[in-house]
Amino acid sequence: MRALGIISFEDNTANIEGLCDHRPVPAIAFMGRYRIIDFILSNMTNSGINNVQVYCKEKPRNLIEHLGDGSHYNINSKRGKLRILYGEKSFSSDVYNHDVANYMLNMQYIEEDPNPYVVVAPSYFVYPIDFNDVLKQHVDSRADVTILYTSAKDAKNQFLGCDVVKLDKFKTVTGFEKNRGKLKSQQISLEAYVMTKKLFIELVTKAAETSSLYWFKDVLADSVDELTMKGYQVKGYVACLNSLSEYFRVSMELIDHKKALQLFKPGWQIYTQTNDSCPTTFSESARVTNSVVANGAVIEGKVEGSIISRGCTIRKGAQLKNCILLPGAYIGENAKLDHVVVDKYAIVHHVKKLEGTDQQPVYVQRRDRI
Amino acid sequence: MRANSMVAMILAGGRGSRLYDLTKKVAKPAVHFGGKYRIIDFPLSNCANSDIKTVGVLTQYESVLLNSYVARDHYWGLDTYDGGVYVLTPRERDTSNLEVYRGTADAITANIDFLDNINPEYILILSGDHIYKMNYDKMLAYHKEKNADATIAVREVPLKEATRFGIMNCDADDMIIDFEEKPAKPKSNLASMGIYIFTYKTLRKYLVADAKNPDSNHDFGKDIIPQYLRDKKRLTAFRFRGYWMDVGTVNSLWEANMDLLKENAELDLGDPTWKIYTEDVNALPQFIGKDAHVEHCYVTQGSVIEGDVKNSVIGTNVVIGKGAKVVDCVIQPGAVIGEGATVTRCIVADDVVVPPNAVFGSAKSEDIQLVADKVSE
Repeated sequence: MRALGIISFEDNTANIEGLCDHRPVPAIAFMGRYRIIDFILSNMTNSGINNVQVYCKEKPRNLIEHLGDGSHYNINSKRGKLRILYGEKSFSSDVYNHDVANYMLNMQYIEEDPNPYVVVAPSYFVYPIDFNDVLKQHVDSRADVTILYTSAKDAKNQFLGCDVVKLDKFKTVTGFEKNRGKLKSQQISLEAYVMTKKLFIELVTKAAETSSLYWFKDVLADSVDELTMKGYQVKGYVACLNSLSEYFRVSMELIDHKKALQLFKPGWQIYTQTNDSCPTTFSESARVTNSVVANGAVIEGKVEGSIISRGCTIRKGAQLKNCILLPGAYIGENAKLDHVVVDKYAIVHHVKKLEGTDQQPVYVQRRDRI
Repeated sequence: MRANSMVAMILAGGRGSRLYDLTKKVAKPAVHFGGKYRIIDFPLSNCANSDIKTVGVLTQYESVLLNSYVARDHYWGLDTYDGGVYVLTPRERDTSNLEVYRGTADAITANIDFLDNINPEYILILSGDHIYKMNYDKMLAYHKEKNADATIAVREVPLKEATRFGIMNCDADDMIIDFEEKPAKPKSNLASMGIYIFTYKTLRKYLVADAKNPDSNHDFGKDIIPQYLRDKKRLTAFRFRGYWMDVGTVNSLWEANMDLLKENAELDLGDPTWKIYTEDVNALPQFIGKDAHVEHCYVTQGSVIEGDVKNSVIGTNVVIGKGAKVVDCVIQPGAVIGEGATVTRCIVADDVVVPPNAVFGSAKSEDIQLVADKVSE
């Protein structure tokens, strides 16, 4: 596919409370053995995109370790390239650290790329997509910019703070607004765009010249009248992981195997960094139902409706209900947890009861000991 | 370790005929174990963990899968700059037609050109058939300390079982004074594990001489070691303590799998200091259904369990349907247990589909039943 893949970062409205304190959204663990970025990156490499730039707003260590040289995402180590890019100069204030500033600072790597098109997409929307189909529609429709969107049916609760695309009957974009949860059905922008690399560079430059606080989506909104922008509807499963409650809801929803297969489509692999963990031990006292379990865990307690990541330990008498354990979490004997997200390597030992709700799951910090 | 310091050669040509249909299309070293591993992952991971850089794998029987598997040396991190895993199969030569390996020693002799190119100081001979964790670097240090020409790894076996093994008789210093293959009246209980370290220069001379001997079986145990002893070479025994299993039969493969379920299992595959590496199958995490019951099991990724599973090892991408009952079983990767089926004391081979409501095996049977027929639908 003749496109450069650009994985952009989410704006400041996305905040998975707690988890985001320790790593950027793309590096957050998801579904037991994945990180959020695995989905968009696998979409790109499965579509035949061999050159990918991952823009990282801050705390790049996690992403550098996880992504490596990209060979585990099927990127050819000679013909392709996975770059992790971030603003190497310091920003005088956080508001200046936006996507356009980072593109400008790394412009030479965008200019150098030989592909005529770019596919730009953030990682916090997870969905399966073949970008070849999008590029085909883009070329056939002679649009300047093609914008991916999903028809959300529960926009009062989901995709809050996301952009809404206003479309006419020819699927031409006539404007953008924010989803403030007032309407049930909305066309939500996935902030994923296909255009020529030339136009992309022009728009980035225009944004930088217009305002030093402009994000790429701002210059797109400014250009609605000058450019032809067409919508491309993503018809399958789409979720937006932009808050702790949505992260929680989406995770719980995907425990259902049939539902999960809408995101993990057969024949469309989602790649990730692996750890050579051994299989998981279910002891004689283990009682596990309706759950997703990764490798390397030891389960002696009762687990219901939960996600257990790689290398977790759940001791005898512990009871987990509607919980998400991130890799290496330890739940001591007789602890009872309901609606709890336990971050990596946290130890729940002295506290014997924790209870959250769908809207406000309890969050236990990384490496915390409670 | 430098690439030419010690080279490992893994003998992986055997069929393992007592595994019946499990080795119909793959050699024994490629048979799955512990849900996600293959037997040969053990010597290969031991090599990687012992800092060995160059590994030759000698294959012969049904080798297509095995060859392509071990060639992916990055699975074990063996894709270093000057090292790697090299697949060595019998070949046709300028001076001779295709000749199969005639014995363990002949397999090495046939690849003397490969070894000469690397010119190692030491050579480690391994079998691709055994499940164990061993630090070969420690064995090499022992070989050097003893100033030996050959070091043979041994383990203590119960004396009454010693008749089944090659037995080393040693002096007080663990120097080998005598070797007996399957003795009727064993004098010691130190059994050879088929793991040898040789100083390469000396071994090379013996291999060349042995190749010319028409009466030889070209076997390390039967020919090379006895010749070393006759020539009063320095042979020493390296004592190994720890889990070791030759999974040569359906029963022993089943037993070794069941050993993983024991509390404080002797073979700890979760030990982060000595991981066993394997193929990186891209599978989803395990999905345990609403009505599932999973008790005392060892389960790996990709499996979807809706039924009732007890005392079993469940391989990659295994599906266990609603109402199915799986007890005391090893379900190899890709197998499907249909809804309502009952499977007891069985090994279900890779990718086998057990039809709904079928019954295999019995709690009363002494032997483990192998379910290997692929049911066509």
